Amino acid sequence: MARIAGVNIPTNKRVLIALTYIYGIGDKAASDICEKVGIPTERRVNQLTDAEVLQIREMIDRDYRVEGDLRRETAINIKRLMDLGCYRGLRHRRGLPVHGQRTHTNARTRKGPAKAIAGKKK
Amino acid sequence: MARSVWKGPFVDGYLLKKADAARSSGRKEIIKTWSRRSTVLPQFVGVTFGVYNGRKFIPVNITEDMVGHKLGEFSPTRTFTGHTAADKKAKRD
Repeated sequence: MARIAGVNIPTNKRVLIALTYIYGIGDKAASDICEKVGIPTERRVNQLTDAEVLQIREMIDRDYRVEGDLRRETAINIKRLMDLGCYRGLRHRRGLPVHGQRTHTNARTRKGPAKAIAGKKK
Repeated sequence: MARSVWKGPFVDGYLLKKADAARSSGRKEIIKTWSRRSTVLPQFVGVTFGVYNGRKFIPVNITEDMVGHKLGEFSPTRTFTGHTAADKKAKRD
């Protein structure tokens, strides 16, 4: 079991895939890391040597913002918008889409499950 | 897509003059403006603008955080207060 970037313990998957289980590491970052450390794509996490694990851990600590730090940063950015009283902040406050999407229909990701409206029939 | 850096921030020219005047003088009066498209510049900090939203001038006191946003972002143009609770009796009639 490898412990990388705090709490994340990816399993016996390929390293390339396992790394993306870390919040803030996606496909691109994972492949970059593998390339720099020199890990072939077929290698699985349980086949990693301690040195390689250490190298990966160091690289992530140095070059990437992950997990708690990243979550905190995004939360701060959103909070800044909300405190500013600008349009984007208002949209965040109301839980509506921020980037100008339609809300007449859809927008369910932001609005959550649809609420039934009483007495609305054809 | 973001605006090219070489163009610099867009501001309506008259706003610059008015803001400079307001800063050097009393600093109290609200600068009424229709220019919602203008970017907030660092030299606007502390000035109060009245940004038109189509109906009235919303007073916006510029703080340091607002630099880089447009004036229009601080003056909402729509009023939506929510839907009225569904009234069953009214629907049946």
